[in-house]
Amino acid sequence: MSEVVLALRDVHKRFKDHAVLTGVSLTLSRHEVVCLIGASGSGKSTLLRCANLLERIDEGDIELFGQSLLDPRVDPDRVRRHIGMVFQSFNLFPHLSVIDNILLGPVHALKRPRAEVRAEAMVLLERIGLAARADDYPDRLSGGQQQRVAIVRSLAMQPSLLLLDEVTSALDPTLVGEVLDLLTDLARQGTTMLVATHEMGFARDVAHRVAFLEGGRVVEEGPARDVLDHPREAATRAFLERVR
Amino acid sequence: MSSALDGERVPPDLFASRRRRLLAGRGGLVASAVSSVVVIGGLAAVFWLAPGGATVRYFFFNPHFMWQAFVGDPSKGFYSVGLGLLTNLWIFAVAEALVLVVGMLIASARLSQSPVLLPFRLLSTAYTDVFRGIPILLVILIIGFGLPELNLGYVSNQSPAVYGCAALVVSYSAYVAEVYRAGVLSIPHGQLLASRSLGLSHGATMRRVILPQAVRTVIPPLLNDLISLQKDTALVSVLGAIETTRAAQIYSSTVFNFSGYAVAAILFLLLTIPMTRFTDHLIARDRARRLAGA
Repeated sequence: MSEVVLALRDVHKRFKDHAVLTGVSLTLSRHEVVCLIGASGSGKSTLLRCANLLERIDEGDIELFGQSLLDPRVDPDRVRRHIGMVFQSFNLFPHLSVIDNILLGPVHALKRPRAEVRAEAMVLLERIGLAARADDYPDRLSGGQQQRVAIVRSLAMQPSLLLLDEVTSALDPTLVGEVLDLLTDLARQGTTMLVATHEMGFARDVAHRVAFLEGGRVVEEGPARDVLDHPREAATRAFLERVR
Repeated sequence: MSSALDGERVPPDLFASRRRRLLAGRGGLVASAVSSVVVIGGLAAVFWLAPGGATVRYFFFNPHFMWQAFVGDPSKGFYSVGLGLLTNLWIFAVAEALVLVVGMLIASARLSQSPVLLPFRLLSTAYTDVFRGIPILLVILIIGFGLPELNLGYVSNQSPAVYGCAALVVSYSAYVAEVYRAGVLSIPHGQLLASRSLGLSHGATMRRVILPQAVRTVIPPLLNDLISLQKDTALVSVLGAIETTRAAQIYSSTVFNFSGYAVAAILFLLLTIPMTRFTDHLIARDRARRLAGA
């Protein structure tokens, strides 16, 4: 077993009276891709947001490389510099060009020299075939291109892991493929990823493990093919029937 | 039984009515020219020919009195309405600069997150509530007549125009702070999430992500407030500062003719109309950009 990057232990999260996470436990090891599946409202997004401290959890513990993130000495900004996050709605910064979107984090959060980061960013853009669009503004790009830029933006921080929140759900069906292809490439290169997704094909082909969430808990978890093809739990089976 | 579906097809009549065709293309230009001349010319004729029209022209728009009011003649006991405008202009320039800065400070205090800054959040909320709720005239009277009575040395020895300017800053900062705040709140939450998840602090997120976007949405409403501020410099006249309105008032009560007021009104329009047009232009451009960008 390789090094554990992220561990959630019995995490609870409530919004007012509504309990969203009711005791989630999950670990993510280096080079591992774990897919979170489950109906809308099952807590996938909240789980991801808790993992990089965008939401404060009510109970339980979250560890990054064995360090509890609930320790009062922990600076959330520093934690987030190690954890990339990609959103369903891209959330590129519309007032910044593609290249400036990518440079913002490394230059202003990591305080790295602009020229150096720029060279790296251009290599990343080259890889996704968008180097020629570096100086364009996001509204000039298609949804698929925007989402790939958003993924590169988080990669430019050289994070230890990526959190991906239904990154293809807002895309035109014809554009889903280009984004999934990029994620597949990243998985092959050993990028550690926690992926909330409705793309069962992607989960089957790329994920090492799949966790099925329902009612704010991990109901079933295991190797991707076991969970998706031979679910043990009735709830998992019912969910997979519905999405099939 | 026959219906439109299985019956013989007659090509439907697709032509516009004769009247619609007349108004299309060049016909439309002619139509708008004619209707403008008729409507506006008609109103002008009514104003000119109405009973009492000559009296109105004499009392409000007499060129001789208007010019006399514009240049003024202190030896006859009245001041220049035109020169008075300079006072309005400097009050506006100083107040505008201060309002934009003070408003920003109040808005930042209200939008702050840190627990240490709670008292500033409370104070800034109270400030905007209080000064948006008190008539500006009242604030001008309180500061303009109140401060000189306090015998506070320098603070109590300013000209009425300075007190008026200070009162405008106090009031308008509250309005402008709310405009700034609305602009910041109009930026989608996802922008904040994206920036924070890159590890940028709250302050850096504000500076580099939220404010640059908010400024663009805020400029039209901000200009609207500044147009109001321009006009409200006239309120300073209640303190006795000889600005345009006060000069016009003195003129009318000395010469018993209201043409000075017309001059003051025209001077204000010369200031505000360009700014109003400019604001409309910005709003239209922003709208076009939003429709194009989506």
